[in-house]
Amino acid sequence: MKVFTYSPGGVHPDESKLTKDLPFEVFNAPPIAVIPLQQHTGAPNTPTVKVGDYVKVGQKIGDSTQVVSAPVHATVSGKVIAIEERLCPTGAKVQSVVIENDYKDDWVELTPRSSFEDLSGEELVKIIREKGIVGLGGAAFPTAVKLTPPKGKVIDTIIGNGAECEPYLTVDHRNMLEYPEKIIKGILIEMKITGAKKGIIAVEENKIDAANVLQNKINELGVKDVEVVLVKTKYPQGGEKQLIKAVLGREVPSGGLPLDVGVVVQNVGTLKAITEAVLEDKPLIERGVTVSGNAVSKPGNYIIRIGTPASFIIETLGLNRKLRKLIFGGPMTGIAQSTVDVPVLKGTSGILMFGDEALEMAPEEESPCIRCASCVDSCPMGLMPVLIDHASRKNDLKTAESLHALDCIECGVCSYVCPAKRHLTENIKKVKQAIIKQRKIEAAKQAAFEKLKAQRMKEKENSQKEVKNG
Amino acid sequence: MANYDIDLVVTSAPHIRDKVTTTSIMRDVIIALTPALIGSIFIFGIRALIVVLVSVVSSVLAEVVGNLLFHKKPSLNDLSASVTGLLLAMTLPPSSPWWMVVIGAFSGILLGKMIFGGIGSNPFNPALVGRAVLMVSWPTQMTTWVKPFSAFNQPLDVITTATPLNVVKLQGYAQLLSEFGTKANLYKALFLGTIGGSLGETSALLLLIGGIYLIARKVIDWKIPVIYIATVFVLSPLFGRDPLFSILAGGLFLGAFFMATDYSSSPITPLGKVYYAIFIGFLTVLIRQFGSYPEGVMFSILLGNAVVPYFDKIMPRVYGVFPKKEVAK
Repeated sequence: MKVFTYSPGGVHPDESKLTKDLPFEVFNAPPIAVIPLQQHTGAPNTPTVKVGDYVKVGQKIGDSTQVVSAPVHATVSGKVIAIEERLCPTGAKVQSVVIENDYKDDWVELTPRSSFEDLSGEELVKIIREKGIVGLGGAAFPTAVKLTPPKGKVIDTIIGNGAECEPYLTVDHRNMLEYPEKIIKGILIEMKITGAKKGIIAVEENKIDAANVLQNKINELGVKDVEVVLVKTKYPQGGEKQLIKAVLGREVPSGGLPLDVGVVVQNVGTLKAITEAVLEDKPLIERGVTVSGNAVSKPGNYIIRIGTPASFIIETLGLNRKLRKLIFGGPMTGIAQSTVDVPVLKGTSGILMFGDEALEMAPEEESPCIRCASCVDSCPMGLMPVLIDHASRKNDLKTAESLHALDCIECGVCSYVCPAKRHLTENIKKVKQAIIKQRKIEAAKQAAFEKLKAQRMKEKENSQKEVKNG
Repeated sequence: MANYDIDLVVTSAPHIRDKVTTTSIMRDVIIALTPALIGSIFIFGIRALIVVLVSVVSSVLAEVVGNLLFHKKPSLNDLSASVTGLLLAMTLPPSSPWWMVVIGAFSGILLGKMIFGGIGSNPFNPALVGRAVLMVSWPTQMTTWVKPFSAFNQPLDVITTATPLNVVKLQGYAQLLSEFGTKANLYKALFLGTIGGSLGETSALLLLIGGIYLIARKVIDWKIPVIYIATVFVLSPLFGRDPLFSILAGGLFLGAFFMATDYSSSPITPLGKVYYAIFIGFLTVLIRQFGSYPEGVMFSILLGNAVVPYFDKIMPRVYGVFPKKEVAK
């Protein structure tokens, strides 16, 4: 079987997939669920329940009229005890619905379907939106929006993303092994929606067992237009842009989206969730999460309800040493937490717990850049991280922009390889934010200027009229 | 949560880093230099070892002085000063007096590196800066070569010889061939290093072993050494020179694997490296042919260093950014 990859760049860190052979276990529901109203990229939701309301599992508790959004649902049954701002693993404080679990697991009524064939694309998109499906790979972009390309854009291929290139994380791997049929059906649903003729499930070489399981299931189901391909095990093979280049040889234009080259890339976990939404009528109330790292006593892959606080997970699984680092996501792009009082979100693919060693794994202290060019050679976007970093440190936005800083996918590879342990990714992120902020300010200035100009013109006209009339 | 000991540290991603450090890279360079160093001691005797020791010790001392002088943090543990000391020693004649070695090391470290801000900030290779200072200050001592295997039994100042490139420059290739008998003998002597020359540059074989080690360990990129040597090989016949002789003689292998690849004085872009290597190869051939020195590696690399900022402008193509032509389609 041919193995696909992209070039240039990429690295191969220690895979550390400690939990790959551990099947999913259903995690206990927490006594208190904290469900943030915004767990997706896009507009925040407004609550559809009040404090004191009784809610059932799967009941919608927040929604928005904005296009780029996804509703959220209650993940336990019980009483809403608060609607207030709570800290999210993203570092932001988000309006959240706090539900006290009554442990009755009282579900809203679901009406499963036997098939999706008789539904139209529009109906399918509507279901996907209503069930609150977002990208489960980490970015949490609303899936319904991703599947509704603007007019004139033709989607020809759906790529199921089973690369899972971040070390430690194994949820996608388990999803492929345990739910191959749901993943394949998810791709078929997306093909029906977008009219794509082809579906490809890309699996990293280190998960060849998953590739085989999927291939066998495809044969068993007699599915014609979906194939499984192997991609090289390297990081960030699972980055959308890298995966498209590897599998199809296409490059998403700078500033563009995969749909600009006729592709939708979807995490395999998302595909599974789509099938469950369409065929089982099930909203997104739980997800697979890899809990790993050397500080947790019982690492594994768990199906965890969204809104479960990290503190409850720690209490349930136990720690075997002092916890020094709690990471939501993978070690390359995940976010280190300052407190254990943060909930699992739709976008939480992993929770990693480390002891003191974690501090040595990513030293804080930088030494001078020795111009070794490792960051240049390993950047999967063909950027010059060292130069963007220099520009960022000087706050030279213009130079950073001309070096295509905005094309950085923030994969962390440059910092990872840097022998001087310089904080390249962090500084590039900073300069990107500064550039975006400056653009906004400039746009606002321009708008204000136009407004003023229009006002002056009007005044002039009025005064001319007055002169005439006078 | 009172049952658990939790003291969270917040840092930004990535939370894991590669094991390679500046120090481990420098250690690899030292390891790679070891075969050629041992070879030089074998060929030129205890004098070679003394030159190496004096060079390393004074380079380290110069680094300490530089740190104090320019109010920099102590930087000895990155091993870069030791590497500079080793490299400088390799470019010196085995008969170099100790005071010359000390001056070379201090010039290299202070003028070549510390005044620019220390490791990573030097536009020129510090070891070559040190050598250049010595070359223009004491040209006689810097071109007095001892015969291989002579140091053990005879007083050094009596036995002098010329390097093969020197013989070619002054007396012609035919004379050199007649000294060695056959081409095969000449190549063999050059490859093994049993000839006159700077102490670490004579054995192409031992330098090649070190170079391959560095490439295998991914410390250096193959592009610069391979293209540099290939350029000299291809251009030499145009000037009527024996190509194989041209790449084996003189300091080319040392320069190609250990000097031209110096991170801070060579380009960082993939394509820039290619053009840089061709450029210094071209200069080496020109200096050897038309310059007043028989050897052209040192000055061609130093001149190449000066042009690095231009080579660095040849950046890789960014993903998703296409040449204008393709956009027009």
